[in-house]
Amino acid sequence: MPDVRLVNITKKFGKIVAVDNVSLHIKDKEYFALLGPSGCGKTTLLRLIAGLIEPDKGEIYIGDRLVNNVPPEDRDIGFVFQTFALFPHMNAWDNVIYGPRVKGFNQKKTETIGNEVLEMVRLHERLDAFPRELSGGMMQRIAVARALAAGAKLLLLDEPLGQLDAKVRNELRYEIRKMTEDLNLTAIHVTHDQSEAMAISDRIAVMKKGKVVQVGTPNELYMNPKSLFVAHFIGESNFLEGYVSNVSDKRAIIELRRGIKVQVVNKNMKEGDRVILAIRPEAFLIEKETKKSKSSIIGVIEKVTFEGTNIRYEIRLENQDLIVSLKPSLTEEWFNIGEKVSVRFSPEKTNVFAYPDAGLKEEIAVE
Amino acid sequence: MPKPKINEIFDKLSSKPMVKYGVYLTAIIVFFALILLPPILGIIIKWNTMQEVLTEGEHIARTLNAIKNSFIVALLVSTVDILTGVPMAWLIARSKSKWLNVLDTLADIPFIVPTAVLGYSLLIFWSGTESVSSPFGEALISPGWLLVMLLHFVFSYPVVVRVIVGALLDYKMEYEQASRTLGAPPLTAARTVTFAIIKPSLIAAFILAFARSISETGATMMVAGVFYENGFSRAIFENGPVFIQNMKKDYENHLIGQSVYEGSVVFASFILIAVSCLIFAVIRILGPRLRLPVKKVWSPTERKLSYSKATSMRNSLTLLIFIIIVLIPSLFVALPAFEALFTDNFSRALSGTSGVSEVVIWGEFWHSLGLSYFLGAVVTVLNVIIGLPMAIIIARKKVGVLPSTVLNVLVDIPIIVPSVALGVSLKFFWKETLAFIPEIWLLIFAHLAITYPYFVRSVAAAVERIGLDLEEASRTLGAKPLVVFRTIILPLIKYSIFSGVIMVFTRSVSETGATLAVVSTLKTVPVVLVDWVNPKFPKLPATPLEIGLGCGFLILFSFVTLLVFRLVVRGRGRY
Repeated sequence: MPDVRLVNITKKFGKIVAVDNVSLHIKDKEYFALLGPSGCGKTTLLRLIAGLIEPDKGEIYIGDRLVNNVPPEDRDIGFVFQTFALFPHMNAWDNVIYGPRVKGFNQKKTETIGNEVLEMVRLHERLDAFPRELSGGMMQRIAVARALAAGAKLLLLDEPLGQLDAKVRNELRYEIRKMTEDLNLTAIHVTHDQSEAMAISDRIAVMKKGKVVQVGTPNELYMNPKSLFVAHFIGESNFLEGYVSNVSDKRAIIELRRGIKVQVVNKNMKEGDRVILAIRPEAFLIEKETKKSKSSIIGVIEKVTFEGTNIRYEIRLENQDLIVSLKPSLTEEWFNIGEKVSVRFSPEKTNVFAYPDAGLKEEIAVE
Repeated sequence: MPKPKINEIFDKLSSKPMVKYGVYLTAIIVFFALILLPPILGIIIKWNTMQEVLTEGEHIARTLNAIKNSFIVALLVSTVDILTGVPMAWLIARSKSKWLNVLDTLADIPFIVPTAVLGYSLLIFWSGTESVSSPFGEALISPGWLLVMLLHFVFSYPVVVRVIVGALLDYKMEYEQASRTLGAPPLTAARTVTFAIIKPSLIAAFILAFARSISETGATMMVAGVFYENGFSRAIFENGPVFIQNMKKDYENHLIGQSVYEGSVVFASFILIAVSCLIFAVIRILGPRLRLPVKKVWSPTERKLSYSKATSMRNSLTLLIFIIIVLIPSLFVALPAFEALFTDNFSRALSGTSGVSEVVIWGEFWHSLGLSYFLGAVVTVLNVIIGLPMAIIIARKKVGVLPSTVLNVLVDIPIIVPSVALGVSLKFFWKETLAFIPEIWLLIFAHLAITYPYFVRSVAAAVERIGLDLEEASRTLGAKPLVVFRTIILPLIKYSIFSGVIMVFTRSVSETGATLAVVSTLKTVPVVLVDWVNPKFPKLPATPLEIGLGCGFLILFSFVTLLVFRLVVRGRGRY
């Protein structure tokens, strides 16, 4: 069963550095996601692993084998394309058994494998149909079945659900995850959809402009983002700018705009440092103004949006900063527009970052 | 700037269904009246003349033999063109080498060089005493069937390469990549996936190569070879077009009567047209049903043939065939052309006086060049006027799905019909219909019929590529149909219109077969060159330097024209 190691991989297209000195280790049987905005290099990285393009620098290992000069047909991989890439001149069945056929399996074995993978993707009808006659969901199942039928232990998926509508996407993501688990496959899944990556991955590598900015479990990335970009890209964050006004052993006092002071956990801060606090919308505790305390900030509800599961409050704080808070719609009291509220947040749930030299907008930009 | 009132009137009129359909109907009527029906009716009008020849066994045998040669050569040559042109197209489309652009341009040379020039160039390369034949003391390949096959191979080769390059560049690489990730070596992936998907282009390339071979006349006459017997010229090798021209020569030399001449050419034209259409229909219907062996896999063998060593050998062979069989022979005429620049042939040519040999009159050459270009220009303008509405009818199915589909098929017929047969039947039709029609109009009608499908195809394809939503958006914003056409469609297809114009113009300038068939006195420049190589007995052929110089002038003017067209197109942007 293969693990995959990338060592100092760089790939350029003319002057554009698509992948910039990336090193990663994807463990055996791991479901690993490459997540990032469009153009960040995640698809390029996947295609480098597949052997569809060659790196300019660095080494790629699948298992113990250095595969830099090994063509794709000899890397023992399965690849699921974003556009499915089902052969238009072959029906569904012929598409699925193409891999076993070109590998020279006998007819009986080919048919057995074909039936097994189709059983796995729960597709038994319309096997005589050609790709143009199939729905998006069916085409995706055929594409996955085709990749699995080839018998490879490393599955590469390039935005496999990107072409599907939301409901089908949600169903298929879990099915793909289950399949790879049942077959003990190592999977590398490229996506720009962070909810998809978070839902099914063991670990995620977040990429930006050709570099890997953080690798971790979904929980680690969400709870402990190591950069403003990750804090912004994964989930949603409120950003509050301020300066470190006082530090003690475990705590630091941050002075926000208009002198509002809040407490955070001290992580190597010095007085006078310019910082940005990143706080998740669900980390805020909102109460009626009458319940305010020493550590709370007063704000006014500017907008209320019912989102089904949650209610979204946009709150203008007394220092004019605007924050977003998400509350479960079924369990909390509702607030109205114009209502004054008291807002608090826990220091442990607040991430603090140094103010970036290029500015916040540039730091969190996805393009 | 306020719109001119006349534009407003036309714009308003274009909204009216009667006006709209009137325009479409006119385009269809013109197509039938000038392009499709005259050749068919020309044959029908002279149907009874065939009686004269059907009873003469020897004559029938000669006719059928010539026609058989046409189809055998066309089928063989088209097959070889596919087998050699596809690897070349693959090299051009897939190579990452910087020399790719050079190769891409060189592959087009036989396309750009007028076929009469090509014919002469191949003749002197393979048969001349100062070329590859010189070590042997005699012609390596004498005029005859082999040289005809080589010629037809050379001028059909770029057609195949161009069509397949286009197909490979349009083709989604993901299919092949998917195949490779599933374990297929490159050759297996190409055979089982790529070629299966671009099969329609392979069929189209085969049909175009076939059509070019069947139609070719002037250059074929040069390389088919002539010998003289009792003062009569006889062809060493005769295919359909050469046979028709030889019948015409015999008639003009009073060796055969009018009824035998007309009967022979009508019979030959009819058979050529009918069999061409039949083959065309068979290929179009059966071609898509033809299954390539995609289920058979020979992985170990195809894996070995995919290794870089085998690939390098294949590429080297492809380039070798291209350079030795196609490129060098096509350009060989440059040598005598260049040599002639330093002789008094050049000054005689510029002054328009007689040449060294009695058959060459340089004044006639320049006059014919002017006629060729004038004809090309007139035919091009006419094609734009009558071809543009037809292209829109076909692309947008303006007269209903079924009628538009039928028109789509009918428009292609002049491509597949041999141009000499087309010329013969057109001449008969127009002479019967308008007895005193000037020869120039016969020429215009003949060239129009031959070039029309090229223009319509080029523009129809461009219109099809434009999303219907663009037109709909324009209409919802208040634009009348003519305004939509002027402001949306036309700017987006102008490059394809220019491409069509280039194709029509170059095709017309190159056309020989139909020209020889329809006129007796007027001579276009390819006809003059053919006369210089194969003059009427007892005149002797022009000298190699004179013919080379004439070819050189024609190449020069062709390249300059193409350059001017390309500069105009580039200057106006591209969609």
